[in-house]
Amino acid sequence: MHSEEVETKPLGFWRRLWRDAFAPISDSEGFYRHRTLVRLTHWINALAILFLLGSGLNIFNAHPRLYWGKYGADADQPFFSLGAFDVPGGTVGITQIGPWHFHTTGVLGWSKVDGEFQARGWPDWITIPSFQDLADARHWHFLFAWVLALNGLAYVVYSLWARHIQKDIWPTRADIRAIPRSILDHIKLKHPSGDAARRYNVLQKFAYLGVILLITLMVLTGLTMSPGFDAFFPWLLDLFGGRQSARSIHFICASLIVLFVAVHLIEVVLAGPVNEVRSMLTGRYRIPKDHP
Amino acid sequence: MAGAKDISRRIAIAGGFAGAGWLVANATGLTEKQSLDHVFKAVEDWTKIAQRTLDYPHRLAREYSPSDISPVFKPNGTFNPGTDEYNAHAAKNFADWRLTVDGLVENPLSLSLADIMRLPRRTQITRHDCVEGWSAIGQWTGVPLGLILKAAALKPNARYAVLHCADNLTGEPAKGGEQSPGQYYESIDLVDAFHPQTLIAYALNGKRLDVAHGAPLRLRVERQLGYKQAKYVERIEITDSFAAIAGGRGGYWEDRGYEWYAGI
Repeated sequence: MHSEEVETKPLGFWRRLWRDAFAPISDSEGFYRHRTLVRLTHWINALAILFLLGSGLNIFNAHPRLYWGKYGADADQPFFSLGAFDVPGGTVGITQIGPWHFHTTGVLGWSKVDGEFQARGWPDWITIPSFQDLADARHWHFLFAWVLALNGLAYVVYSLWARHIQKDIWPTRADIRAIPRSILDHIKLKHPSGDAARRYNVLQKFAYLGVILLITLMVLTGLTMSPGFDAFFPWLLDLFGGRQSARSIHFICASLIVLFVAVHLIEVVLAGPVNEVRSMLTGRYRIPKDHP
Repeated sequence: MAGAKDISRRIAIAGGFAGAGWLVANATGLTEKQSLDHVFKAVEDWTKIAQRTLDYPHRLAREYSPSDISPVFKPNGTFNPGTDEYNAHAAKNFADWRLTVDGLVENPLSLSLADIMRLPRRTQITRHDCVEGWSAIGQWTGVPLGLILKAAALKPNARYAVLHCADNLTGEPAKGGEQSPGQYYESIDLVDAFHPQTLIAYALNGKRLDVAHGAPLRLRVERQLGYKQAKYVERIEITDSFAAIAGGRGGYWEDRGYEWYAGI
């Protein structure tokens, strides 16, 4: 065996995680941070969002244009579009945002599938399935839409009942007063230690509340795109300013969720990936020692 | 040392992640092999059950005001059936076009366009939502399909209205290898067939339907997506099952993988 080697070398992330996953953490060293249902719904949510983003971009490719208002089709002006245009010397992918046009050949609008260029909004490496098929993408999307909605409902109901949202996530007055300091801490990449590490910081609280709101908006704007659902809850159309606006808000909220996930993952790495990931697997979180 | 309970927890967690990773890595392959089609069919059924549960009492699709009408109503699918027979009808402004209603009915019907235009009509400004994502708002005039079906008197075992169309959309392969004929058709159940906004429409925005929009007759089944709105309708077949028609899934696009229940 190579046990000596293992002892002397710093262990990689996965091996440390495997070793430390269930290592006993005394109450003075750490605490039970995430309850089972919160952990479970977190990972189901992560998987659902991955599939919804991938299949959503495949669906988007069927009509890669976004509009504001009640209607919107080829003859109407989009505020965002991905297109392929023939120019002297070939075809280019163009991303349009309002009055601005960007060349995005190879990635957006015009990209390679199996070595051949194709007109497609988002490239094949980001969509689910990778090939362009609206029917198949819709199947994946609605499967995980149900997962997202039911899982999210379970999380919200449980978290309100267990007072997780009220106690752990809802900002206190002291939190609000601490916003400037928290912004400064984030800029300096300073993470809390000692007792402060037992609580979420205020920006973290806003981020979690924000992503709960974003997922709620995703579900509601998604339902607003359903012609059947609109007949039962027509106020949704008024809430979002029409079906095409709802479709655009759906896309914008999805983009903001991607932004959240990016920041979330960066923070996990900065705050100590083994400890953070372990706490979301087993619930136990080791409090970082007060460091100089 | 990790105890037996820890080992099994580790294995459960690692197994869960391995399974999820496998699903992500194989999503495209599973789609190609149609391995999950029964799961997707179940999801479609949940959606339909959920929507039908919410649809009580029967709700109307939103109707818009004239100022909401799209400047251009985008046509899609077939722009012109283009067959000799259809062209001959078009040349005579569809004066000899007939809509037949047959199958599980007591009184089979054969209605001319003039017959249909003499029946009580309904005009509605509704939104058309294409499965691709775009929407267009237009004003439709036509005869409620329920009136026609009442005149035909459905037999007790009637379950679906199958709309047979004059256009042939070739070129799109059917799912599962077997190539179903490219003749366009659609089907709806009796809940939608008798819905007050379900029309056999002959006018768009106050003018007789043009060829691109389905002249002379098309279906409007509000609360479902665009591909259900069959154009160039020449026959309504009342049946208890559509399994024996074309690809057996109840519509041209359904045979190509799209949901039969297109309320979402």
